[in-house]
Amino acid sequence: MNAVPRPLLRAGDLSKRYSVGRSIFPAQRRTVHAVDKVSLDIWPGETLGIVGESGCGKSTLGRCLVRLTEISSGSLEFEGRDISDASQRQLRPLRRQMQMVFQDPSASLNPRRRVGDLLADPFRIHERLSASEMADRVADLLRRVDLSPQHASRYPHEFSGGQRQRIGIARALALRPRLIVADEPVSALDVSIQAQIVNLLADLREEFNLTYVFIAHDLSVVRQISSRVAVMYLGSIVESGPTDEVFAAPRHHYTAALRSAVPIPSIDRARRGRLVLKGDLPGPMNPPSGCRFHTRCPAATSLCRSERPLLQSIGDGRLVACHHPAGG
Amino acid sequence: MVAALGFRLGQMVLVMFGISVVAFLIFFATPGADPSARIAGRNASQETLIQVRHDFGLDRPLPVQYGLMMNRLFVSRDLTSFVNRGQRVIPTVISAIPVTLSLVGGAAVLWVLGGLIVGVIAGATRGTFVDRALMILSLVGVSIPVFWLGEVANLLTQSRWHDSWLFSWVPPLGYIPLTENPWGWFKALVIPWFTLATLYVGLYGRVLRASLIEMMQEDFIRTARAKGIGERRVLLHHGLRTSLVAFVTMFGLDFGALVGGGALLTEVVFGLQGVGKLTYEALQTLDLPMILATVIYAAFFVVMANFIVDVVFVIIDPRARNVG
Amino acid sequence: MSADAPLLVVKDLTVSFRSDEGLVRAVGGVSFAVEQREIIGVVGESGSGKSQTLLAIMGLIDSPNAIVSGSIRFMGQELIGLSRRALDAIRGRQIAMIFQDPMSALTPVHTIGNQIGEQVRAHEKVSAKAARARAVQLLDAVGIANPDRVVDSYPHQLSGGMRQRAVIAMALSCNPALLVADEPTTALDVTVQAQILELIGRLRDQFGSAVILVTHDLGVVAEVADRVLVMYGGRFVEEGGKSSVFRAPLHPYTWGLFGSIPPMEGPRPARLAAIPGIPPSLSNLPKGCAFGPRCAFRHDACLVQLPIMQGESHRAACVLPEATRRQFAVQKAGGVEMQR
Repeated sequence: MNAVPRPLLRAGDLSKRYSVGRSIFPAQRRTVHAVDKVSLDIWPGETLGIVGESGCGKSTLGRCLVRLTEISSGSLEFEGRDISDASQRQLRPLRRQMQMVFQDPSASLNPRRRVGDLLADPFRIHERLSASEMADRVADLLRRVDLSPQHASRYPHEFSGGQRQRIGIARALALRPRLIVADEPVSALDVSIQAQIVNLLADLREEFNLTYVFIAHDLSVVRQISSRVAVMYLGSIVESGPTDEVFAAPRHHYTAALRSAVPIPSIDRARRGRLVLKGDLPGPMNPPSGCRFHTRCPAATSLCRSERPLLQSIGDGRLVACHHPAGG
Repeated sequence: MVAALGFRLGQMVLVMFGISVVAFLIFFATPGADPSARIAGRNASQETLIQVRHDFGLDRPLPVQYGLMMNRLFVSRDLTSFVNRGQRVIPTVISAIPVTLSLVGGAAVLWVLGGLIVGVIAGATRGTFVDRALMILSLVGVSIPVFWLGEVANLLTQSRWHDSWLFSWVPPLGYIPLTENPWGWFKALVIPWFTLATLYVGLYGRVLRASLIEMMQEDFIRTARAKGIGERRVLLHHGLRTSLVAFVTMFGLDFGALVGGGALLTEVVFGLQGVGKLTYEALQTLDLPMILATVIYAAFFVVMANFIVDVVFVIIDPRARNVG
Repeated sequence: MSADAPLLVVKDLTVSFRSDEGLVRAVGGVSFAVEQREIIGVVGESGSGKSQTLLAIMGLIDSPNAIVSGSIRFMGQELIGLSRRALDAIRGRQIAMIFQDPMSALTPVHTIGNQIGEQVRAHEKVSAKAARARAVQLLDAVGIANPDRVVDSYPHQLSGGMRQRAVIAMALSCNPALLVADEPTTALDVTVQAQILELIGRLRDQFGSAVILVTHDLGVVAEVADRVLVMYGGRFVEEGGKSSVFRAPLHPYTWGLFGSIPPMEGPRPARLAAIPGIPPSLSNLPKGCAFGPRCAFRHDACLVQLPIMQGESHRAACVLPEATRRQFAVQKAGGVEMQR
């Protein structure tokens, strides 16, 4: 076998387009590039954080990565195997290896079924187990996410938001996946509960040797859990690299603005020249020409308006898509 | 905007074409339903049948038959009834239209006003005695069959109490054209109006109440209250205004269906020679040309009403404006 | 009323709701004052009663099952039990509110200008034209680039940030003495949040309004507030000047909150110092300190004795001796400093 390490999941020029407008005129339908030629590698054992503001395509990207939505174009490989065109049937064995955790677990938990039954579903579909084996596995899962085995007989509504998210995580864990894509898993939770879930995800990562893609808009949470981050703006990755480096010295002006906009719970960081972006996020329907960010960028030049910068390596595992990178 | 209107109109024409084809096929091409047998009458000889078939073009291929039929229906307008020989279909339907429009139009005014009043009062007094009483009343209104209510009204106003001071003004059953005698028109229709509107007042009142209560839970109502405007303004300007969307949609569809012949029970009970009654009679005698004409007429009104609803929708709900 | 009297004095405010599970006590007797031109940050998690406190001030708790008691005095006038007409003369004019979700806070079928004008005309005798002109002015003042166009726009035509600006413009339309804001930036993206926070900070200077800002985000408080109130289980557990609370928080819950927030700079801790357990159910509050069951420092007294707010300008409701907590506070704050 070849010993060269290869990524667990590799996306090449991955795109997802939607046509929008409920318009009855086909001519007026427009195409939205929700994800626009994104390339990234996810290495075994790492946690890749994907950050960006609403509408930047991070959730769509997450769904594409586990093939929960069809990919419009581009390639997607899981352990070297191309799965971009795989049918749902062909994907079935892969579903054991790739799981997803959602923002709102209640939406994915059938309110009329007991938690124990919900958690046993993956075993029913993928494994033949006796009833007692199944009960043992469910109890074990509940313990792993710091719930009690007695909780199996309760219904989802009897749990708090944080507990429901634990159930969602337990369900994702059931088949011992290698990759979990978590889409805003803590953003609906209170601060104190959020910290519990972040800790839990970190513990499970150690315990099961998991690889995460962690999608969130909250920079501090992403910074806490990720080993590497990718910053998205209007469907594309504008910067990626090791978490500490990217946050300590952002090279893309958007990353810098995002980072500077996060309110810090400390009074000692007395506004040291805050970078407040002007204007709103442009709609994904008609993205700006050239660099998508040039309309709000403090360093934009005429080059940025006309030519779109490519995501390029600047060393140390960092990539940035900018004609005039900051702080170089 | 003009393009959108044109597109909608084109769509309407297409829908109507589809309906006319389906109606034609059901009545003329269903196996066993030989229209020539109906035309020729019972006990007609084989030769007569063949003769009839030829005269009416029924021995030609189906598309040609359809074309002939539509031509006679819309272009030459000389299609005659199979049952009452010589009665032209189109003038008959056209003469029935004002009757139906008068009936449904008047009733619509009543039920819109009634529905608004009942819905707003019940919604505003939610949970109180007034609300509960109104809801029970409207449930009764929804449950009463319109033919029964009509018969009872007739019994009281035409015979039982007709000679009392209360109902002596009620003219005999039938329609009086507005152009001939407006006051007589009104008197002849006022009881049918109330009869037809009863069901819809109940229905619209309940629907409006539900949608108003739902709207009054919305965040923007809280914003409106926080502005320090009075509760009446909050209710009418913010709550009712946003509730109207459901109301208008329903109204357009119901109005279209009634004008299209859905008011037939009321028309029959009150002896009004409207489109509904026409359809009813044509169906009883299986008068195919008449059925075809009324079905297409009904389709026209339903499609038309849909179109008007869409237009009104855009006026009352700005969110519908920049679609696409 | 003298010039330096507090603008708003809330005493022993209680908000309860009758429900099938018994009385749900959302706000359990809170007292605080807001000075003129002061920005107060109220921090708490969902169910802490922070939003209900605001709604009670606005007279917006209208559930027939709600019981509001205590006293809310605004410029010397008692607001609880006020008639609707008298209340309407105050709200919108002297007290205005900004809501959490700008997407749903505006009536979808009326233009922005209409909705701002409606408020102006409810309180001042001005023509529709003058009200519209005021709306344009206000939209301009809150940093909307093309107020002439936006004034005739419908809410759905604007982005979230623009809508929140419009809501703020509306709140400012009658120059209120007090602005209450319920999580005004929570539904917004972080770059837009920064813009709105800057705007709120500027309001006091331009309009001279006092602000009560309710949020779950300590970062937001650090950004704009002068004074901080920390709420838990329907009561205040800590109150003090911003610098004092952020330098040396005195309540274990506040420590937990600080520990729960991942730092944005410096080394990352392997695990966050999260608070264990879940917030108490409001229909079944613990007997003693509401935070007792989750508190790492709890002892027997906490479970029976309801702690009261103690201290001078920086107060906290905890039965632990203040000296002990001061020691911890330095440690905790130290931890925060280190993480920062």
